[in-house]
Amino acid sequence: MPLVVLLQVKKGKRMSKKHIIVDPITRIEGHLRIEAVIDENNIITDAYASSTMFRGIETILQGRDPRDAGLLSMRICGVCTGTHYQRSIEAVEHAFNVDVPKNARIVRNLIQGALYIHDHVVHFYHLHALDWVDITSALKADPKLAAAEALNWTDTPHGAGEGDLRTIQERVGKFVKQGRLGIFSNAYWGNKHYKLSPEQNLIAVAHYLQALDMQRDMSKMMAIFGGKMPHPQSLVVGGVTCVQDIKNPARIAQFKSLLNKANNFVKNAYLVDVLMAGTVYADEALDGTGAGLKNYMSFGDFRLNDNGFYNSELLFPKGVVLDGDLSKLHPLDQTKITEDVSHAWYEGKDDKGLHPYVGETIPKYTGLEKKADGYSYLKTEEKYSWIKSPLYDDTRMEVGPLARIAVGLAAGDERISKYATEFLAKLGNKLGLGKAAPASVIFSTVGRTAARAIETELMGDVMMEWVDELAANVANGDLSTWTEFDFDTVAKDARGFGMAEAPRGGLGHWVVIKDGKIENYQAVVPSTWNAAPRDYKGRLGAYESSLVGTKVADPEQPLEILRTVHSFDPCIACAVHIVDTKGRELSSFKVNTSCAV
Amino acid sequence: MTDRREALATMFSAKGSKVNTNRGDVYYDNLMTEMTTRLTELENTPVAHKVSIDEVLDAEGLTRRDFMKWASAACAMLMLPPVFTPTIMKAAELMNRVPVIWLELQDCAGNSEAILRSDAPTIDELILETISLEFNETLMAAAGHAADEHLEEAMHTFKGKYLCVVEGAIPLAMNGLYGTIGAHAETFEEHLIRVAKDSAAIVAVGTCATFGGVPAAAPNPTNAVGVQDVIKNKPIINIPACPANPANITGTILHYVLTGQVPELDHLNRPKFAFGYRIHDNCERRAHFDAGEFVEEWGDKGAEHNFCLYKMGCKGPMTFNNCSIVKYNSGTSWPIGAGHGCIGCSEPQFWDKFAQERPMADTHFKAPTGGVEKTVDEFGLGLLTAAGIGIGIHAVGSVVAGKKGEENE
Repeated sequence: MPLVVLLQVKKGKRMSKKHIIVDPITRIEGHLRIEAVIDENNIITDAYASSTMFRGIETILQGRDPRDAGLLSMRICGVCTGTHYQRSIEAVEHAFNVDVPKNARIVRNLIQGALYIHDHVVHFYHLHALDWVDITSALKADPKLAAAEALNWTDTPHGAGEGDLRTIQERVGKFVKQGRLGIFSNAYWGNKHYKLSPEQNLIAVAHYLQALDMQRDMSKMMAIFGGKMPHPQSLVVGGVTCVQDIKNPARIAQFKSLLNKANNFVKNAYLVDVLMAGTVYADEALDGTGAGLKNYMSFGDFRLNDNGFYNSELLFPKGVVLDGDLSKLHPLDQTKITEDVSHAWYEGKDDKGLHPYVGETIPKYTGLEKKADGYSYLKTEEKYSWIKSPLYDDTRMEVGPLARIAVGLAAGDERISKYATEFLAKLGNKLGLGKAAPASVIFSTVGRTAARAIETELMGDVMMEWVDELAANVANGDLSTWTEFDFDTVAKDARGFGMAEAPRGGLGHWVVIKDGKIENYQAVVPSTWNAAPRDYKGRLGAYESSLVGTKVADPEQPLEILRTVHSFDPCIACAVHIVDTKGRELSSFKVNTSCAV
Repeated sequence: MTDRREALATMFSAKGSKVNTNRGDVYYDNLMTEMTTRLTELENTPVAHKVSIDEVLDAEGLTRRDFMKWASAACAMLMLPPVFTPTIMKAAELMNRVPVIWLELQDCAGNSEAILRSDAPTIDELILETISLEFNETLMAAAGHAADEHLEEAMHTFKGKYLCVVEGAIPLAMNGLYGTIGAHAETFEEHLIRVAKDSAAIVAVGTCATFGGVPAAAPNPTNAVGVQDVIKNKPIINIPACPANPANITGTILHYVLTGQVPELDHLNRPKFAFGYRIHDNCERRAHFDAGEFVEEWGDKGAEHNFCLYKMGCKGPMTFNNCSIVKYNSGTSWPIGAGHGCIGCSEPQFWDKFAQERPMADTHFKAPTGGVEKTVDEFGLGLLTAAGIGIGIHAVGSVVAGKKGEENE
């Protein structure tokens, strides 16, 4: 039974290449297709990423009141929920030149921080772990040995005592025995690129199930100040609305208690499991499998004082690292961002494209090509995705936790360096290197996953300080949550941007306001940077470039493709969007397509 | 003033907005017989494979008593008399006989994320663990062809028996090509039709799948529609809201297990057990509305005192959902609890009609569909329009009467 679509493509006379389609890529947000070309040695020689869904949210935003844009643009994504909300509101605040009170700044930090913790934990266990962890192997484990194994990685493992592990093994065993695996059906179980021992797999499976429970509590942190999660509802242009939650000491205490619980799990399960996987899969980290572009960009985020949004000290510094050179930090200049549409289903010139403020884009869907084998293939020579190719200073960039850590290291940021160094020291120790593992190991699929865990620990610790800061400020009698502004005056003719970091990387919203209404709106989001197709010079996007060179153990089970693509934490609905400054109704487009579906 | 108060009171307690929770013994006796027959039938179906509730309870260290507590709460939520509690428990034990195939179309995964956080009581999550979730792109291990192959297998094995849960809208413009899935690049519309064909019923979750939601907001660039505009020959249950409250999704699945039928629905195909409530009627800030105490601007003294958010654009009076009762994230909070007005997210076209931070009468924004006034008429609920105007009058009246928040400090 074929598990992937295989096509023998004759290229030249001797070469026999296989063309793989993986669609849908599951365990992500949104709709993503990957096509890869594999040579006779099972090495990926070419890869193409395509988003297959389009909604047109920016067109929908035009003509609306800018104060309402946050609520709507939040619906770009239900996974990085709240991030678009805040970015949109900050863009409008930037346009209106309105800064928020201290309480609002801290509450927003706490809401975003809670998202990072929740999102990263769910990503690792529920969206990514099954690329590293073989559930079926866990059934062969000896729970007693597994409990001992857990103690090899930390003195205080979370929920991995012999009894816990035996119970979970029995539960999973029954589930498997009864014949229907439900959402675990038909995966690549047994693939030889699953390298964890049965005992290690059992520990990770236990944490997978425990994390299902933990993440529910983690989501309550955002709900305390946001009203609900997903899609919180307490941010407004000028501040926040949750006055009754910040002035209630019981609410603050509840937040701290939930955060404590989350931090315990992050330190004693998440970070430890990543260290364990990182050690077992160390070869792939050391040889840089999945590194890709090695150009990293961070917009910077989490204001630590009240000097205004783009002047405050930041938890994550902003900047650019080029070609993996951590000794040099390049300053970030938002005017250097452009969006190229040469390989995206939009009309435009074959050049680096336009800045988001002036971007004019019209959809031009040219479809897929249905071949004789009945499958539809991307027309990779021309346009093949709803995602555009953003460029920074005419260079392709990767964004995300790895970029934040890389930029933090290049900037010599004390806090980031401390957490990263600790992890690298532990890894070096486990690998018997006699010293810390080199910082360059983070330039890999494994490293991308590790960077996410490292920043989760950092975030949890720093949030504890922020809760105390908030409580102290309120105790001092400051209940201010909103900055007043005269809408009619400030909204006459204004433009602004909200540029900061979402869990998945740099996120920017640009807004142009005229006579109280949105005239133009554009979001350039993390997965636009990472999941983009080729650009006008034929240079690969971050996903594409990270896949090339990877060896696939079994082309019928492209586990390695999933592993590397998932390491970016794709969020595809975010990435697809369009600005049409002419306000044309896209639905009226008649597109002739050779796609027969 | 008194007359207006009385008129308002009548309006808000009008029969049309209430759910009949006392239908008499004959009705409930019949329902009980029907449910028992259904459950016996289910019990004898061969598709029970998975762990039983008892095993899950054991594994989680929960007692039978915890389970009974949950069942009794679920019973109340479904508006059934307490005598149905044991039947609910039985149904929960049999939930693994109802396979669920969960499709994601033009969505943001918000509803998949919501179901992950499944509401209090905690045992809901366990129930979800024991339903037979066969296909869900966000959570499933398999990808690509392996995923599609499993979908085919599940559809074949459970032909005519599975619930098809749909998240996200369906783009119809450009022959549906704004959304494709799978190696054959099937459009979302084709994908939905294929999977819906052999389902027992369809549960549309979230406002995109029910009424088109975000992508269908004006000018609806991709001509996005909800499931009920595509599928005509199947029972469809709509569970709107952005995202849908997981308690309502669980409740609906439970009801289906109990009766093999869709729950009682309102005129928008929403289950009455969840959408028979108006936010405003059960709002914790309702007393402040009645007292004429309003938040006048964000962060003012009224906000500090949890006053009514009507003047800040709260659409609770126009919105039917049980948020004010069930709340979100295990009862942690809800939007009005966090000091922001309701945006009417369980109502059709709420992005164009309700999602503004100002009362409808004051809004600067006119929906490109033809304006707020027109859309209120289109809404077709005279009662609501009247109530909205009534509240407007009341709010203005309160200012005239000098009952501004500041006086009540």
